[in-house]
Amino acid sequence: MSQDLGFWAVQTLNALQLSMLLFLLSIGLTVIFGLMHFVNLAHGSLYAFGAYVAASVASVAGFWAGFIAAPIAVAVLGLVLYVTLIKRMRRSGPMPQVLITFGLIFALLDLTRIIWGDLALGIEVPAILSGRVSVLGVEYPAYRLFIIALGAAIYAGLASVLARTQIGAMIRAGVDNDAMASCLGINVERLFFLVFCMGCALAGLAGAVAAPLLSVTPDMGLQILIPTLIVIVIGGLGSLKGAIAGSLIYGFVQTFGAALAPQLSSILIYALLAAVLVTRPTGLFPAKG
Amino acid sequence: MKHTITTAIFAATASLATLPALAEDITVGLLLPYSGVYAALGNDIEAGFRLGIERYGDQAGDSIQIVTEDSEAKPPVGLAKTRKLVLQDKVDVIAGVVSSGVLGAVRDMVDGSKVPLIVANAGNDEATGAQCSPYITRMSFSNQQVNRPMGKWMHDQGIQKVFTIAPDYAAGQQMIGAFVDGFTAAGGEIVGQEWTPFQKTQDFGPYLAKAKASGADAVYVFYAGGEAISFVKQYDSFGMKADIPLYGAGFLTSSLYVEAEGPAAEGVIAALHYVPTIDNAENAAFVEAFTAANGRLPSEYAVHGYDAARALTQALAAGATDRETIAQALRGVSFDGPRGATSIDPATNNIVQPIYVYETVRGEAGLTQKVLATLPAEADPAGGCAMAPAG
Repeated sequence: MSQDLGFWAVQTLNALQLSMLLFLLSIGLTVIFGLMHFVNLAHGSLYAFGAYVAASVASVAGFWAGFIAAPIAVAVLGLVLYVTLIKRMRRSGPMPQVLITFGLIFALLDLTRIIWGDLALGIEVPAILSGRVSVLGVEYPAYRLFIIALGAAIYAGLASVLARTQIGAMIRAGVDNDAMASCLGINVERLFFLVFCMGCALAGLAGAVAAPLLSVTPDMGLQILIPTLIVIVIGGLGSLKGAIAGSLIYGFVQTFGAALAPQLSSILIYALLAAVLVTRPTGLFPAKG
Repeated sequence: MKHTITTAIFAATASLATLPALAEDITVGLLLPYSGVYAALGNDIEAGFRLGIERYGDQAGDSIQIVTEDSEAKPPVGLAKTRKLVLQDKVDVIAGVVSSGVLGAVRDMVDGSKVPLIVANAGNDEATGAQCSPYITRMSFSNQQVNRPMGKWMHDQGIQKVFTIAPDYAAGQQMIGAFVDGFTAAGGEIVGQEWTPFQKTQDFGPYLAKAKASGADAVYVFYAGGEAISFVKQYDSFGMKADIPLYGAGFLTSSLYVEAEGPAAEGVIAALHYVPTIDNAENAAFVEAFTAANGRLPSEYAVHGYDAARALTQALAAGATDRETIAQALRGVSFDGPRGATSIDPATNNIVQPIYVYETVRGEAGLTQKVLATLPAEADPAGGCAMAPAG
């Protein structure tokens, strides 16, 4: 029985770890969408770009340098994208936005292939996180615990910024009603810009965090895109609570689905998505009531 | 009826195209993925193929032109590109094909238009089984060939209980199926099997926990490319390598990407038809020439390309001049290559080659492959393949 308990403890940690990785990605995407009504399908490509930057920097200057460089580099890329493309597309409606960011996916994909080549890259977990730690009576990889802790910390940080600071109040006001917010003297455009770069930085961070766990390949951004979209659709667009709830649901359904009903595991999450869309079309915790 | 007409048209164009055969200018169409998930494999195969033509082209006595087409590893694209190679470029022979899906899609086209195809990767068993064709010759491997002998070998090492994990698609099922056949025939027991959604699985944690709880002596897996890197690293991060050693089809720790797996790959034991450390003179020459030209060690994919080129030059040297004679001559190809004694089994047109069991170990210049055993070459069973004997 104790072995059984250990098995479930490991699976729970696995689910948490996957959830936190998805949370780092989906939070940026969902807030950008909620605030800007902008569908950025290229979000996954930013994650891949972050992973590549992390892998390149880590190979010369160590894991932590890559860990810091990736969000910065991706935020800069986000800045460039904002100035050149996204600012112009702001008022053009969802269809052109979807098309242009869909095109961006392939442009960025080929760009990573040109810069870094087709061979998969890998980076090593830093020595301090390379072992295993005993939690809940099981030996669990320290690096995976680090991902869980990092995700929880980022969640706590964002929650307190959104709930307690002035800029958080401005963002909430902007999500709620951007026209009214700008009437009240909030520079919504600048806020958008800030949030967009922040969302990109988080995608870059997710890439850096995922790089030692997974392999860094040109199509990793495409692979993560669908799960991320599922998370924000289940959770509800634009809300932090929705992003964390959606991530946890995805992580647990995916992990326990694979453990308990492997034949069904790949469709379980889609069935859940359909059920949520039928009963709560705006998701579980939409930003707007 | 429609089928008959198209076949007739293909046959007519084919014969028209091959009639002149003047100064023996042979055109080879390379159908490989240069974009998509298999792009790295496509590039490695082409590098090997060009090296093979460079080295053995003189023996053919013909001038060999190469036309390349990107299959994108997508069956419809592969088929369209094959049509272009056959009808527009009027190639004499096609080489390449990485994805088994693409091979399945182009099979009827090459068979119907009677254009020889040298398969330089795709390993699906049917291509040299129920779906075999006198025009399709495989110089790479078949899924079952690589895995079946490993089942017996592992049992001979005293392993009784094995847990298997593989992606849930045709190649995964054929690889694991052949291993299980070999292992259980030798008296071993399979204590559990997991099939992960193909190219959708990033976290193998749930499956690893099940393998750990199964009480197996060893885990046997098939993964390739990005999934292989993720799997090997995650297997190691859970600390499972010490308790339950990891075995697999050798693509798991292919020399093409083993460096990306890093120390996690050390100690993994796998079976494959080629590793760069095979000890023979042909391989030493191949490794030296490939490294000089490309700045990296050749992988099994590179050797597929190299041997495909060599098979073609041997067929040409034997007097083949057009599509029909090249196809016939390819069926009798046999040589001592980097993989040891390599030949084509005329009953199925599949390659016959030894299988190498190797362990990934740390060497002076990074990770390298230590060959533990050479398992004798075995021709695949016919598997429903019935074609006219080579004439």
